[in-house]
Amino acid sequence: MDKVIFGDNQFFGVNHLSEEKARQQMKKFKDIKNILRVLDDVNDMGIKTFMVTTYESVEQICDHVRINSDQYKDFKINPCLPYAHKYANSVAAMGIFGTLKKYLKGNIVQSISKGGVALARKDFEKIMEILIDAELSIFKGVTVEAVFLQNVVTDLLLGLGMFDFFEAFVRYVENRYKVRAGFITMNMPMLYDVLESRGISNPVICSSINKINFRMSGGIEQYKTYLAEKEFHAIAMQVLAAGALRPKEAMEFIGSLEGVDSVLFGSSTKEHILDTKLLIEQYL
Amino acid sequence: MLKAGVVGIGKMGLSHCAILRAHSDIGSLAVCDTSGFLLSGIKKYTDFSCYTDYKKMIKENKLDCLFISTPSKFHKEIILFALQNNINVFCEKPLTLSHEDSEEVSELAEARGLVTQVGYHNKFIGTFQAVKRFLDAALIGDVYHINGSAYGPVVINEEGETWRSDPKEGGGCLLDYAAHVVDLMIYMVDMPEKVSGTILKKVYSKKVEDAVYSNLFYANGMTGQLSVNWSEETYRKMTTKIEILGKRGKIVSDAQECQVYLKDQSPCGKFEKGWNSFWITDQTEPVWFNLRGEEYSAQIDCFVKRVVEKNSAGVNSFKNSLKTDKVISMLQNDGAGGKA
Repeated sequence: MDKVIFGDNQFFGVNHLSEEKARQQMKKFKDIKNILRVLDDVNDMGIKTFMVTTYESVEQICDHVRINSDQYKDFKINPCLPYAHKYANSVAAMGIFGTLKKYLKGNIVQSISKGGVALARKDFEKIMEILIDAELSIFKGVTVEAVFLQNVVTDLLLGLGMFDFFEAFVRYVENRYKVRAGFITMNMPMLYDVLESRGISNPVICSSINKINFRMSGGIEQYKTYLAEKEFHAIAMQVLAAGALRPKEAMEFIGSLEGVDSVLFGSSTKEHILDTKLLIEQYL
Repeated sequence: MLKAGVVGIGKMGLSHCAILRAHSDIGSLAVCDTSGFLLSGIKKYTDFSCYTDYKKMIKENKLDCLFISTPSKFHKEIILFALQNNINVFCEKPLTLSHEDSEEVSELAEARGLVTQVGYHNKFIGTFQAVKRFLDAALIGDVYHINGSAYGPVVINEEGETWRSDPKEGGGCLLDYAAHVVDLMIYMVDMPEKVSGTILKKVYSKKVEDAVYSNLFYANGMTGQLSVNWSEETYRKMTTKIEILGKRGKIVSDAQECQVYLKDQSPCGKFEKGWNSFWITDQTEPVWFNLRGEEYSAQIDCFVKRVVEKNSAGVNSFKNSLKTDKVISMLQNDGAGGKA
C-alpha cells in the first residue's frame, strides 16, 4: 500500500475546523470538473491512491478514471463505505424500514416489511453483503486495493460488541472482491485488540494520529505503543489535527513515530498537495 | 459496576448502547424496543438482555440507570415508571411534550433524590463551553443581543412519514432541532421573558413545522432571534451556530470554531484587540471512546459519574431543562397565533 494516500473530504463539504470553509469548498467542487482537475494533478504528481466515500459524484470520478485509463495506469481508488449521512438522513425521513426498503431488494425486504420478524444471522449478513455490493457496483473496472468501513460504522459495531460483523466484512470483501478489508476508527487500540482476538491478522487500520492527541481515544501514549509493537498496516489521518498543526511540524511528528505506514490527507490546491506529498516522502 | 437499561434503539439509542458498553463503570446492559427486526439483530450479535416491554425490563433487572430514546410522546410515562422504581434517568430531548409534564417528572425526581439528565449534547462541545466561559468572565461586556440558529437536511421533500412528521407524537422542527438551539441560548444568557412574531413554517411536512423563526425579549432589555430550519439541504448535516453581541465585543461560535472580536485587548492580555479564533482542537477534552463526536461520550460519562456519586445537580438535569420546555411552550403558543 502506498505511503501517500489522497483523501476526499474537501470535495464534499467536510472541514473539521470551519463550516464556512466547508461550504466554500462545496461550492467550488459542485462542478465535477474542478474535482477531476485536482485528481489529474494528484495523479500527475505521482500520488496513486485515492480514498473515497461512496457519495453520488464518485460515479463520475470512476468514469473519468476508466475513460482515461492510460493516464490513470496504476491509479487505485479505495472506497470507504457506507456514506453514512445518506442512510442517516433517510432513517430520519422514512424510518429504518423505509430506508431498508429503499436500499434493499428482494425477499429480505419482504420479510422485514412484515415487521416483528426475527431474522437469522445469515439474513443480517446477507443485508450487509447486499449493501456492500450496491455501494461497490460503481467501482467496476477501476483498480481497488482495499475497501474500508467508515468510522461511524466501525466504531458503532466496536462499541456494541458486534464483532462478528467485522469478521463477516473481512471475509466477504476478501473472498468476493479479492481486495483487502480496512477499518477507519477513532478508537485504534480498542479496535486492534478486537480484531486480533477475532483472528484478523495484519489488518489495515486508518485512524487519527497527530501531535496534539486530537481524536485519539485511548490516548497518544497507547497509540505510540500499538504502532511500535502491533502488526498492522497503519494509515494516519487527521495528521494536521484538522489544520491546528503546521504541515512540517505535523509530518515531523509522524516521522518520529515507529510504525506509521501511510498518511491520508486531503487538500484542494495543487501547491498544498505537492508540499504535503513531499513532506510525507521526506519524513516517512 | 452499574446496570444500565436503554429503551428505544433507533439512531440515538444504538449510539447510547455502544458508548455505555464501552464505559468502564457499566457492567451490564438491557435494551428494549418494539421492533422485532432490530431486537433480533441485537439478540444475535450482542450480550445485551433484550425486552419488548420496558416495565418487564425494569422489573427483572435491578437497573441503576435508564436511558430513554423512544419517540418523544412516550417519554413521560417511561420516566414516571422509572422514577417510581427509584431508577436514575437519562432522557433524550425534548424531556416531555409539555412543560407541565416536564415539571411533574422533574418534581418527582427531586423528591426522590434521583439523578436525571436530558440529552442536550451541545453543552458538551468544547467550543460552546468556551463561549460560556467567556460570557461568565464578561469578556464582551454587557450582552445586548443573541442569535441562535440551526440548519440541516432532515425533511427535504414531501415523501416519507415517521413519528417526526406527527405533531401528536412530538414531531416537528421545534421539538427536534429548535429545542437544541433554545437550550443552548438559555445556557448562554438565560431564558427570555417573552417571544413574539414566531413563525412555525411548514415547508414540506403536512402536519408539522419544518422551520421556526422568532424574536426573543429578555428581562434586562436584551433581545434575541431564533432561526431554525430542518429542510435546509445546503447544509450537509445539522449545523448549530450562536452569535452574541456585547458592548465590548462579539462572540460567534459553532461546533468547530469559536471567534471572539474585542474592541480592546482583554485586561488579562490573553485576548487581542480585534478577532481572536479558537478551534475545537484546542477546546476538546479527550474521551475514552469516540463515536460520532466527543460530546456524545462526554454527556454519558457525566451522567454515569453523577449516578456513581449520587449527585442530582447537573447542567442538563430535568430541573435545569425545564426552562427549555417553558420557552418551547412560549414559542408554540406564540406561533399558533400566526401559523405559516
